[in-house]
Amino acid sequence: MSLRLALHPHKRTLHPVQLRILGLMTALSIRNLQKTYANGVTALKGINLDVEQGDFFALLGPNGAGKSTAIGIICSLVNKSRGTVRVFGHDLDSDPGAVKQCIGLVPQEFNFNQFEPLEEITANQAGYYGVERKEAFRRAEICLRQLDLWGKRREMARSLSGGMKRRLMIARALVHQPRLLILDEPTAGVDVEIRHAMWDLLREINRQGTTIILTTHYLEEAERLCRHIGIINQGEIIEQTSLPEFLNKLSSESFELNLRHPLTGFSEQSVGGFALRLLDDRTLEVEVTKGQSINSLFAALSERGIEVMGMRSAQNRLEQLFMDVVGGGQLNE
Amino acid sequence: MSSPSLNRIAFQTIFTKEVLRFMRIWVQTVVPPGITTALYFIIFGNLIGERIGEMEGYSYIEFIVPGLILMSVITSSYSNVVSSFYFSKFGHHIEELLVSPVPNWVILAGYICGGVARGVVVGIVVTLVSLIFADVSIHSYLLTLAVFVLTSILFALAGFINAVYANSFDDISIVPTFVLTPLTYLGGIFYSIQLLPEFWQTLSLANPVLYMVNAFRYGILGVSDINLGVAFAIILLFIVVLTAYSLSLLRRGVGIKS
Repeated sequence: MSLRLALHPHKRTLHPVQLRILGLMTALSIRNLQKTYANGVTALKGINLDVEQGDFFALLGPNGAGKSTAIGIICSLVNKSRGTVRVFGHDLDSDPGAVKQCIGLVPQEFNFNQFEPLEEITANQAGYYGVERKEAFRRAEICLRQLDLWGKRREMARSLSGGMKRRLMIARALVHQPRLLILDEPTAGVDVEIRHAMWDLLREINRQGTTIILTTHYLEEAERLCRHIGIINQGEIIEQTSLPEFLNKLSSESFELNLRHPLTGFSEQSVGGFALRLLDDRTLEVEVTKGQSINSLFAALSERGIEVMGMRSAQNRLEQLFMDVVGGGQLNE
Repeated sequence: MSSPSLNRIAFQTIFTKEVLRFMRIWVQTVVPPGITTALYFIIFGNLIGERIGEMEGYSYIEFIVPGLILMSVITSSYSNVVSSFYFSKFGHHIEELLVSPVPNWVILAGYICGGVARGVVVGIVVTLVSLIFADVSIHSYLLTLAVFVLTSILFALAGFINAVYANSFDDISIVPTFVLTPLTYLGGIFYSIQLLPEFWQTLSLANPVLYMVNAFRYGILGVSDINLGVAFAIILLFIVVLTAYSLSLLRRGVGIKS
């Protein structure tokens, strides 16, 4: 039984001591975490979660699922009702300072002083972690340059575009060199070019050893970046596994084929065992079920004189599975 | 990073940030008390004061100098902390501190010292303005400085508590308007309580500002309506109670955590 399977929420969760014996340090270990707000809303119903050191972990879930509450508790912005949180072995209740020292947070909402210059915002954050003023400004320069904001260092934060503000929050979160970086929808509202640059940066940060936890509504982002995922829905963790294992649960995948010549009078619903649907006269949607080979699809289409110029996934695979899981659909176990 | 070192650097960072904040907008934070004080001296000191004559052996304009300085210090220290901390809640940048390993007492000390710093700067400006209108020599520098700083700390703490409970910008002006201003004006800035009927004299003793104004007046002029020991005991008692309460609010996350 692989360790990953053992971490599956429906199976037994390993104790941090067991993980250490196996040579794995948990960056984050959450046990029976519960949160009920003053208005009576229960946001977390006793979740368990483990993220290993060095991992790039996606915490996914629909709006209101409890992701931000969980992150808020880990980062000491929200008081928990019950449960334990350990970060690199430090307990949040008994050693909050050590926990906080390990974490860098990029929150969902802009939470810096809009009337302060970028350089001060970043250097001040380093100061809150005990970095001397001179060194804080040196690190601020490195982080702002890394995020392509150095040219704006003396400008007030309010003058930045939405994408720049997102990058500023990443620079600020990195300035004290955290071991665990938590990003709550970091690329929301960011254009494609900057998003790709941010992905590259996050990959590099992770490659250098920083554990990353990411929440995002762009599932393509999670699929491209993350190695493990956890899905939270209605305050409960309903999936926690590696990304390949999760994707392996897909029973079928849909592709859209772009055709060289228009198909007129095509009425077949199946070719060579593949279910087909004509979207328009030059686009064919085909469903490839687990075990079927795409080669045989092309062979069957070739026999009918149908020439394919290009193909793409009709839906992001992770998105397809996510909808199944969150929507309560059946997965191919 | 050892805790004392982290605490020192974090305190310096918060304090520097607070000082830069009010100095960036010095026209709004430092200049107005100077202008207001000058107007008080022109109207109450020169125009009306000459008709009032002496008070406790000093000309009226000299008598009101300590009270006017302390009133500016009280208002500045209070408003600096209440506006800065409430704005950090409103803009969510208080979260920068909450996620960091800065202990609550360092957060409190940083904001309070920021308020005291503004009180000191404004106090200096108002004192310089006072010297234009009145010839004042200081009776006891040490006493004056002690009352000055302790009063500033006390009202910075009060401003902090107001900010913690405030849910809107209106809430940060309610206390100064309906509590702070009446207490200050009725705290013996413009008169000696010896002039009041006995009932009002007794009632005035329930006003904590009276003790501060009189202790400060003693430091500058050498005259006071109140026993100095009592004044210091009351000021220190308020500081201790408000500090403990502020730390309790921070520990429980009142107004800043869900």
